[in-house]
Amino acid sequence: MKHVAHWALNVAALRGASYADVRVVAQRSRALTTKSGKVGSASDAESVGMSVRAIVGGAWGFAASAELGRGAVEATAAQAVEIARASARVKREDVRLAPEKAAVAEWNTPYKIDPFTVSVEQNIELLLKIDAELRSVAGITLAETNLNFNREEQWFVSSEGADIHQTKLSTGAGYAAYAFAGNEIQKRSYPNSYGGQWQNKGYELIEELKLVENARRIGEEAVALHGADQCPEGKFDIILDSSQLGLQIHESVGHPIELDRVLGMEANFAGTSFLTIDKLRKLRYGSEMVNVVADARQEHGPGLGSFGFDDEGVAAQCTPIISNGLFTGYLSSRETAHTIGENRSGGTLRAEGWNRLPMIRMTNVSLLPGEKPLSLEQLIAGTDHGILLQTNRSWSIDDKRYNFQFGCEIGWEIKGGKRVRMVKNPSYSGITTEFWNSLDAICSRDEWTLWGTPNCGKGQPQQVMGTGHGAAPSRFRGIKVGTAFKS
Amino acid sequence: MLTKEQAGDVFDRIKRLSTGDEVEVLFSGGRFALTRFANNTIHQNVAEENHVVSVRSVFSGRTARAFTNKFDEESLRQVVRSAESLAKVQHPDADLLPMPDARSAGGTGESPVPTPSVPSRYFQQTAGITPEERAEGVKKIVGVAEQHKLTTAGVYSSAESIDGIFNSRGLSRWHTQTSAEISITMLGGDSSGWQKANSPDVADLDPLRLAEVAAQKALDSARPREIPAGKYTVILEPAAVLDIVGFMFWDYAGMAILDQRSFLSGRIGTKLFGENITIWDDAAHPLQAGCPFDGEGVRRQKVSLVENGIVERVVYARATAQRMKRSEHKDKVGPIEATGHGFALPNEMGEMPQNIVFAPVGDPKTIEQMIASTERGVLVTRLWYIREVEPFEKMLTGMTRDGTFYVENGRVQGGVRNFRFNESLIHMLSNVESMSVPARSCGEESFDMVVPAMKVKDFNFTEVTKF
Repeated sequence: MKHVAHWALNVAALRGASYADVRVVAQRSRALTTKSGKVGSASDAESVGMSVRAIVGGAWGFAASAELGRGAVEATAAQAVEIARASARVKREDVRLAPEKAAVAEWNTPYKIDPFTVSVEQNIELLLKIDAELRSVAGITLAETNLNFNREEQWFVSSEGADIHQTKLSTGAGYAAYAFAGNEIQKRSYPNSYGGQWQNKGYELIEELKLVENARRIGEEAVALHGADQCPEGKFDIILDSSQLGLQIHESVGHPIELDRVLGMEANFAGTSFLTIDKLRKLRYGSEMVNVVADARQEHGPGLGSFGFDDEGVAAQCTPIISNGLFTGYLSSRETAHTIGENRSGGTLRAEGWNRLPMIRMTNVSLLPGEKPLSLEQLIAGTDHGILLQTNRSWSIDDKRYNFQFGCEIGWEIKGGKRVRMVKNPSYSGITTEFWNSLDAICSRDEWTLWGTPNCGKGQPQQVMGTGHGAAPSRFRGIKVGTAFKS
Repeated sequence: MLTKEQAGDVFDRIKRLSTGDEVEVLFSGGRFALTRFANNTIHQNVAEENHVVSVRSVFSGRTARAFTNKFDEESLRQVVRSAESLAKVQHPDADLLPMPDARSAGGTGESPVPTPSVPSRYFQQTAGITPEERAEGVKKIVGVAEQHKLTTAGVYSSAESIDGIFNSRGLSRWHTQTSAEISITMLGGDSSGWQKANSPDVADLDPLRLAEVAAQKALDSARPREIPAGKYTVILEPAAVLDIVGFMFWDYAGMAILDQRSFLSGRIGTKLFGENITIWDDAAHPLQAGCPFDGEGVRRQKVSLVENGIVERVVYARATAQRMKRSEHKDKVGPIEATGHGFALPNEMGEMPQNIVFAPVGDPKTIEQMIASTERGVLVTRLWYIREVEPFEKMLTGMTRDGTFYVENGRVQGGVRNFRFNESLIHMLSNVESMSVPARSCGEESFDMVVPAMKVKDFNFTEVTKF
């Protein structure tokens, strides 16, 4: 495929591009679902194509094509140049790329079992077994399960000499049980809602998740929620489980630190950010305990944001985002690094596929675990009166990322260090920095999970990207609970 | 662009490679280009061409689908092999119906699409838009921003696309369409304004007018003040209406009733909304866009979903209709028949109405008239990040954005800080005091619709944000 990329690079250079890069990408995916005892959908998909990104006259052009014949590839490169010239008609200043040593490299997601080698029969059998467990609970009216496998092979070459071949593999699985009765629909999901857990791993993830073992409990909790009391409304200390905290990090740290948002590039759709550049290394984002990193390196874990190189050839890095509560870093790219005084990109530019322009995306934005040993049960035991919230049900945040509201599938009221009752429809809301400054306890490493968010939407045309978020259960003091249901 | 004849050739090749009882092939894709601007400059400018072919194979009641974007012989052989090997290991599905032929799918099957009842949605001028023309359009928008000392961000996109379906029972359907879209945000120091429009015909779009309205909103909402959260009369512009009501249409599906995940369970035939709410799904409406057939090639029918506040019925894919006729719900759900709203098989969701049209009311009011009749209220340009909080009362949360104004004594009194709402759609559509003439509208949270602006009483704002 490298020769395809070089055809495009040559044409871009001949037509006047001062910089160009080419990505040739082959994606393969398998999706299997079941619904209440039947296979819901079964599909395999492949998508192959190439794209050219070119700077001409100080402005960007991008073109993509599924055709990989020489004529089509050269025409696509010429189109990227033509588009760049059109862009230059409405520009204020030339694009400036931070320097980057051209990498020549090969990188692959480490895995034990290639998920595409596991038979479809075995996968369907697993999903139907989970489904049967869920529906064995009286009162379950709908059961849904899913398995997803993705492979993306990419050849990246640039006019600066970068030559990177990278293959990423991801696996996802999850299920949900619904109970409809009276005027109420309740739901429980495992291991997380909206598709379960996803990581850059092979089929070994499926074996680690203990899917079947947890199905009956999940079904029983969905039914039990009908008999639970409504979550009380007021100010409470809350404990978030690690999956909900992962989404909280995604929405109220991960998005605000995207430098393209901060600079106004996403203002029309995703929005901007309250984290204006003057706040860097000045804003107290959270309490002293809050340490957040954006870490794309494999040593952080097999997150959906783990890779060898980003989609403009910059090696994976770890950027401190919040250090002992102080805001210390953004997610940046070669084009934006100079705006925060950096002379190198943070390596976060990624594209959904061959036909999309890479843009700043979260890597693995994670809250580091507490250093002192602390289990969830110990954290509960140390809480006088509070609410434990588990598994996201709804999420919403304003377009500058100040005001958020989350709903969870299930809550537990804690009194005197003990869970005293299940509560339904728990929700909480707040203002981002006030919330993170109220954090006073984080569980330790053995409670820490690197969650995958497979469905992060951003950009125009919108691109869906997988991101990673490590979190351990944590406690926040004096948070507004239940406003969503206040009449 | 792939033509129907080329697609027909691909289908013939796939048919020859197939060993299943039946085979169905879907085609989608086309050309797409988008010029994106921010900070008064073009910062992203993209174009792509891609076509996807997907093959569904059937063996003795078992079915599965595989996709590829490669059309060479080996890739087609591989996609057929993938679909067939996936299908063969499925469990037989008792609800799977034989593929429809042209007669059972409606129409003659030979008639060109669009049929006389569906207006043409392909415009050469839209298909031919160049990067230079889009750049010129952006230049005009930037000019408006600079004139008002504002910063602008947005998109100007154009596309031509195809949707096609062929099956081994002789059905073939083909649809071509163009579309153009302009979305503009104008940013002031502490305020913003927004406008968005799209159409199959670029001649319907006026970038200067959109830019002027967005700019005026940014100027008028400058120095926003905070007013307390609470229940307010709101005037929702059409984009705000469509983004919030769009969250209920997944539930207007036979499969959603069978799955007991619809808020309409047990409520069809009852008066759920105000008398003034009448909603159709009508793919042939002159202000609508999109494909006139569904994922199995069945022609989309015009369906009355809500009549004077009473939920009349839901839509059906072929197999869902058959299941519903055998179900315990069959006497409580109104008419049961395939309506041409099914998704491509196999799928879990069944079907959904996607060409929503709100019926005009006898005494429509302009937004200006709504403002003039409001003693105390809030004018909302658009809503953002809407999510379902509670599924049976259809309670949704979200934020206002890009132009939120306080109205008092019949006049707009300036911008206010944005609100978070937690509001039931049932409650909202029971409290609509007046509506404008429905117009083709687009937002960011739901699909395009023909909707009016609405004046709604007791809309529940629960929190205020910082801007």
